[in-house]
Amino acid sequence: MIGLWHQVLSGLATGGIYASLALALVMIYQATHHVNFAQGEMATFSTYLAYTLLLAGAPYWAAFAVTVLFSFVLGVAIERVLLRPVAQAPALTLVGVFIGLLLILNALCGWIWDFTIKPFPSPFGSASMLGGLISSHELGSFAVILLVLLLVYVFFRFTKLGLAMRAVAYNPDSSRLVGIDVGAMLALGWGLAASIGAVAGLLIAPVVFLDPNMMTGTLLYAFAGALLGGLDSPVGAVLGGFLVGVIENVGGAYLVGTELKLTLALAVIAAVLVIKPSGLLGRAVASRV
Amino acid sequence: MTALLAVSGLRASYGPIEVLHGIDLCVAEGGITALLGANGAGKTTTLRAIMGAVRTMGEIRFAGEQIARLRTDQVARRGIALVPDGRGTFRELTVEENLRLGAYTRPPAELSAAVDRVFGYFPNLRERYRQQAGTLSGGEQQMLAIARALLMQPRLLVLDEPSFGLAPLIVREIFDIMRRVHEAEGVSILLVEQNATLALDLADQGYLLETGRMVMGGPAADLRADAAIRRSYLGY
Repeated sequence: MIGLWHQVLSGLATGGIYASLALALVMIYQATHHVNFAQGEMATFSTYLAYTLLLAGAPYWAAFAVTVLFSFVLGVAIERVLLRPVAQAPALTLVGVFIGLLLILNALCGWIWDFTIKPFPSPFGSASMLGGLISSHELGSFAVILLVLLLVYVFFRFTKLGLAMRAVAYNPDSSRLVGIDVGAMLALGWGLAASIGAVAGLLIAPVVFLDPNMMTGTLLYAFAGALLGGLDSPVGAVLGGFLVGVIENVGGAYLVGTELKLTLALAVIAAVLVIKPSGLLGRAVASRV
Repeated sequence: MTALLAVSGLRASYGPIEVLHGIDLCVAEGGITALLGANGAGKTTTLRAIMGAVRTMGEIRFAGEQIARLRTDQVARRGIALVPDGRGTFRELTVEENLRLGAYTRPPAELSAAVDRVFGYFPNLRERYRQQAGTLSGGEQQMLAIARALLMQPRLLVLDEPSFGLAPLIVREIFDIMRRVHEAEGVSILLVEQNATLALDLADQGYLLETGRMVMGGPAADLRADAAIRRSYLGY
């Protein structure tokens, strides 16, 4: 029984990381109506930047803050330079841009920092807590994720800017009519998504180690989480991310073994698409054909 | 009487198809101008052109400033509030959030007083304050759309077929409210309507648009008296 609780708790801890990355995916999805395949690589690139800052002797939380800020700027720049020109283009063009961005960032990481696997420090250490139920890194990253999610919630729910960003996601035409600069809101959304992704990258790197492909698996879990919760529901994405974390850990321990854990993400994706394509909290889309 | 909005030689096209072939239109400061025409005449396109939402050639002056090259949100910030056809409600958001979005360009300190003032015209919106806007009736959504536009404190209020799809009683109520708003707020109004009787009753100036060309324009009383308009648009 203690083993199961251990799996559930560490599932919630990694699930938090999936939840934040899933939230980033959903934010971009709401703005562009496409899944940003480069979300993981953007986070990896940010994590490498933190790695460089840490090597240069920066204190952890200073490197953390600089990385999150830099990621925001990177996200805004990607929207302005790469996405703005293809805003009206067909779906496949956007998919092409996302995949191109993924390859560029992936290759750039390898080119600048090489492809060898590097250890990445955790600010929380790896001590065993609560009688071996959870590690200090898991507990610490869980707390950081909760704080991030809370901040994001407060921002969207209670600030004027957050309301304007939600308005743009729902109805860009009407948003323009009340004087909202829709382009600026989209850029801001990309910046926020990149920042949230960077936090996820920084917290997962001590677990999976740093290499240019470190987010491949994580992104797949996050995608499963976003889909499970509903691609158009930020709350659903967070819920889905946590659920997938628990499913991954418990299923990996008792069902398929750690080697086949990633299969569980694919199973979740397949199950959602077959049983309830709109996800747990998403809205079903009806269209006349 | 000075012109608040002066459109001249306006052409607009969707792709290669030109739908407005050089129209002139004037809205007087403090006046109500009705723009009439059949389906497909280009009424909505005219409004979209003024708001900078379609490609145009020609001149659009608002309070003396050329606005033809501005983005929609910039036009809105200059003081033109459009209530679009289909009302443009943020259906997923609450009535309160819709109204807060209307006041987006204004200082937050003014918000509650401004909302109270708007509730004076639309008392039933007050009861629906926390409700999701998509659950309102058609008439209430039209009222919400006008309320949202009024919260922008516009110099020019532009309405695209406010009577569309509503019961005659609701339509009369909305037109009564618009008359009161015009008198109390001193806002100029440009009204696009298929219901020519209603529109010409409210307006002091009128225009008739036919397939992208302005075929008539002048005092609303003249349009009401015109034999051709009577036959085609007023039905007597």
